[in-house]
Order: sequence, then C-alpha cells, then structure tokens
Amino acid sequence: MTPFPQPLTGIVAPLLVDNVDTDTIIPSREMRTTGRTGLADGLFAPWRYADADSRTENPDFVLNQPPYRHARILAGGANFGAGSSREHAVWALAEWGIRAIIAESFAPIFRANCMRNGILPVELESTAIAALAGAEVTVDLAGQQVRHGDATHAFAIDPEAKLMLAGGLDAIDLTLTQKSDIADWTAADRKARPWVYLGITA
Amino acid sequence: MGKTLFDKIWDAHLVADTPSGAQLIAIDRVFLHERTGAAALGRMAEMGRKVHDPARVFAVMDHIVDTRIGRGDGTLMVGGEAFITETRAACKAAGITLFDVNDRDQGIVHVISPELGVVLPGVTLVAPDSHTCTQGAFGALAWGIGSSEAEHAMATGTLRLSRPKTMRVTFKGALARGVTAKDMALHMIAAHSAGGGAGHAVEFAGDAVSALDMEGRMTLCNMATEFSAMAGFVAPDAKTFEYLAGRRYAPADFADPYWQTLHSDADAAFDAEIVIDAGDIAPMVSWGTSPEEAIAVTAKVPQGHAKVHDYIGLAAGAPLAGTPLDVAFIGSCTNSRISDLRRAAAILDGHRIAPSVKTAMVVPGSLGVKRQAEAEGLDKIFVAAGFEWRMSGCSLCFYAGGEGFAPGSRVISSTNRNFEGRQGPGIRTHIASPETVAASAIAGAIADPRDYAREAVAA
Repeated sequence: MTPFPQPLTGIVAPLLVDNVDTDTIIPSREMRTTGRTGLADGLFAPWRYADADSRTENPDFVLNQPPYRHARILAGGANFGAGSSREHAVWALAEWGIRAIIAESFAPIFRANCMRNGILPVELESTAIAALAGAEVTVDLAGQQVRHGDATHAFAIDPEAKLMLAGGLDAIDLTLTQKSDIADWTAADRKARPWVYLGITA
Repeated sequence: MGKTLFDKIWDAHLVADTPSGAQLIAIDRVFLHERTGAAALGRMAEMGRKVHDPARVFAVMDHIVDTRIGRGDGTLMVGGEAFITETRAACKAAGITLFDVNDRDQGIVHVISPELGVVLPGVTLVAPDSHTCTQGAFGALAWGIGSSEAEHAMATGTLRLSRPKTMRVTFKGALARGVTAKDMALHMIAAHSAGGGAGHAVEFAGDAVSALDMEGRMTLCNMATEFSAMAGFVAPDAKTFEYLAGRRYAPADFADPYWQTLHSDADAAFDAEIVIDAGDIAPMVSWGTSPEEAIAVTAKVPQGHAKVHDYIGLAAGAPLAGTPLDVAFIGSCTNSRISDLRRAAAILDGHRIAPSVKTAMVVPGSLGVKRQAEAEGLDKIFVAAGFEWRMSGCSLCFYAGGEGFAPGSRVISSTNRNFEGRQGPGIRTHIASPETVAASAIAGAIADPRDYAREAVAA
C-alpha cells in the first residue's frame, strides 16, 4: 500500500448526498474481473454515464465537471459507503485517484476497506463539509486537520488507521509480528472451546 | 457492573493488544463466496500466504451462480463462469470446504451456515458479505468484511479491530397480527435512520424478539447492516440450542453450562439504548431508495429529496398501497427460508397473480429449503399462482449483469436493498415481507397483507 501523502492538497469534489451506497459507487455488473484492478472505468457508472453501455458521460455528474475531473478528495454526506461489503468500491475509487473522503459518517465495512487501500476517511460536521466542498484544501493526516484558507477543521482518526495509512503498512505483515501471541492464545482456546476447532482430533 | 453479551464474546476472543492501540480478535469461522472468494484466495497465493486453519474456512457459490433449473457453471453474466471456476480451484488448493454449484447443501451463505451448524453461539464469524450479521441471530458475533480483511482473517486467524460501542434495541410487547421480523427491521431503520447504528454492535432484545422463531431473528439481524451497525445479534436461548444441536458442524448437544452464560447481565450498561413498542409496528414497505425510506403500507408517501421522487416515480402525498407493480420477487438472505415460503404460499394458495404482473419469481435460500418446500407442496402453490420456481442463490436481490428485469420495472421484493439500480438500471424496488410480496402479487399493486388470508398471516 502506498503511504498517504503528507500532506494531501487539492480540490474537493462535492457529492453532498446521504447514504451513497457501494452499488452506486460500483454496480455489480461493472465488477467484471476476479482481481482488484480495471475497476475505475465502472466508478459511479449509474451517475457518471448517461448511457453506461456506450460510456456516454452525464455532464451533470460532479466528477465529469472540469474542476473535479482530477480531484483526489471527495466530499459526501451521512453514511457514505452504505450497503454491500464489496471492496471493489474502494479499489475503483483508489484506481480513479481518490485518496481522501470527507463525510459526516461512513458505513463500517466501507471505512475498514478504505484504511486497507490507502484512502483516508475523514469525518466532519455537515456545516464544515459544506464550507470545504468545491474548495482547495489541505488534508494533514499527521496533524489530523483539514485546512482551508484560515480555517482549520480537526478530525479524529483511529490510531491504528493513522499508523497504517501514514506508513503504507500491510496489516497481515504487522499482525504476523505477533504470531507467538496468536499461537499461545489458540493453544489455550483449544482446551477451553474444543468444539470450535473442526477437523482437529486432539 | 455486569457485562453485555458483546463484551463477553469480544473479551473471550481478545488475543493481544497491538502497539497502535487496535486489538487482535480471534476469528473462529470464515465463510467465502465466489464473488470475492477467488480474489482473496488468489491474492494470498500470490503473496505466498497460507490459510491458518482451513478446517474453519468454508465457501459457497451463491452470488453469481445461475438460479435457473438445470444450471451448471455457465452464467448469463459475461465472464461469470471465471468467478466460479477460479473459486473452485482456489478452494481446492487451499484445502477449504466448498459447497459447489449443485452440491445438495448449496445455498446463500447466511442460509446454509445455520443449516449446517457452521455458526454457533458465542463464536466470531466473518464473511466478505455485508449481510453476515444475519448469523448474529444465533448469539454469534458475525459481521461483514472486505476482501483484504478476509485475507487477514484467513492468514492469521485474527482481525485487527477497534472495539465498537454497544447498543441495545428493545422491542417491547407483542407484534400485531400480520406483522413480521422484516417489518420490525424496516420500522427501526425508518425511525432511527440508515446510519442509526453506526459505530455500534447492536443487541436485539425484548419480548417481541424472544417470541420470534430462529428464522425471524435471522431476518431482523440481517437488516442490522442496513442500520449501519457493525453487527446485530440476539442472545441464544432454548430455541437457538434446539435449532443447532446435532447439525453437521455443531456439537451434538448444548448441555455444557458454558452455553447458558451467553447473555447480557442484568446490570450491564450499553452505550446507547433504543426502545420500540412492538405493538406500534405495521406491515412496512419502502417508498424510496434507502431502507430508511420505508412507511406503513397504509401510509402516504412523505416528502423526500426530489431526486428520490424522480427515480421512484411516486409523488409526496400519494398513497403507497395501490401503486401498480410489474414484478414480484421472493428470495435473498433476508427472506427466502422455509418459514418465509410457507407464509407467502399460505397467502397465494388458491389465488393467481394479477395479469399485469409480468414476472413473479421464488428463489429458495438453499437447496435444502427447496427440497423441504417441495416435500410440503409449496412449489405447486407458487407455480399454480403464476410464480417461477428456481434453484437457490442470491439471484435478483441485486443485478449481477446477467439476468435482469425490464428497465423501469416496479418490483415488490422480499430483499434487503431498494438502492437506485440495485436490481438493474432504472428498476424501482419496494422492499417488504414475503407475505406483503404475495398479497401485492395477487393485487397487481402494493397491498396490505392483512387484507389477504387473515388467519394465514396471524403472528
């Protein structure tokens, strides 16, 4: 995973609606390969294209408008990333170039998927988001601030997510440094809850 | 201070703290499907990582698999076959138990996991599918994850997590006649918003929850993800143990006193509490494009965003009942189990769907459910009423790119999501209980199930 830019500066593409769901971010029919790439073309297909088959753009959709065509920061409403757990939604956003999403709240699986793929989920109040939408801002992960002109908006972030994003760390590698803790716990648990361990004839 | 059921399960699975402040939580069960199973296993193989304990990882073909009678690996979705064949090969290479396309136990992951006793009270169970919370009905901590976390769980036997907050939703009193678990879920989400459970693990409690059978509890927990909760669950009781005892991957009995400890203590405190009077709940139908946009079937469409009214084609102030329909669909991990099919068939028995309904379809949740329904003659009732009778799978709960309904169709559906385009481009989905789908199919328009076969839908 690429480390999160320190800091990230750019224009904020406004998509200020609630409950933006992962079926809209990438519909099932746009997930055409068994891998994690080749998904950016299907990003927001229902809203981005007037005709998805011919890929005719819908000029009213925010990411088709000139100032936002190369935006790396997206602003949303409440419960962003609702719905299906498909990580393809985050893979498509990342492949398209999005590195941070500023929203009032995130659906939990989507938020976890962001952190595993180098996208920073920032939670701010709706009034702050309205002020940032369409503006050039700086997202400072280390300082946990979004800056816009003279205004600064502090945001909270789980220390785990901050560490992973800042370092571009692989979660599995990180966990495997605690392999002996896992082995010890498992050995004790096998005795406590033998019915959990299928196929084990202890 | 006592502990909540969530605290008990979490603490029992706490392996270690991490330097960053997250916690390593042991994962007892992982269940994959072909939409993301091949991607997760393929990437693990690429990275040279092995599955920690293959005996506790399961997979099934449910998302892309065709549900037409006589199916094989071929799908109507272009490229769909690759998901099936690659998942099959990856499961074999990793030594994972796979319930294949026409295996007698094939079905939707959240339907077959309880049928086979893969989910058990007090376990942690994850799957790369948001509706994994369905399995919380058995007193498990079960939740949906992405593909990367599925790799993590398989490679290490743990997940790195921050402890969520706890919430209890208590349904006081008893449900009125003709009101079901689906209506409880839609009522809760409509009242407290689709983001209402964000950041919380939600325990469903109260007399109306205890009174539900296991399948009703599964329907209620299934919708916890539509409430943005990390997980939804119900404390196990005698019904739970009776349902699971002796199933293939479950203990022969639940006599050990351990199982009796799986409940929130009387003095346990929750971070948030919601109390709902079950008697206030009516049969619910969604009118908009989020599960929170749901109202009593007898109510009028409220004022919402112009974009939503435009998409769904219903004006504020219009009565929802009587809205003409093109399609009726019974299926999905929410409402495709045997009790759902029995209740829908009881309404349809002796009736025909309205001629204006162009497509009506029943997709049983598993091949086990299908066999049971056929043994009871339910398939004949559905077919006589004008419904198509299918093989099991996720099917048209979503639009996978193969099959679809005619563009612009209005669908009454026992599924969980009424998102824009969820069932296909321009499709207008109204989510409701199976009995509401059955009644509406007969009427050819959104209808109140209480107006049909009153005795049959008695709670």
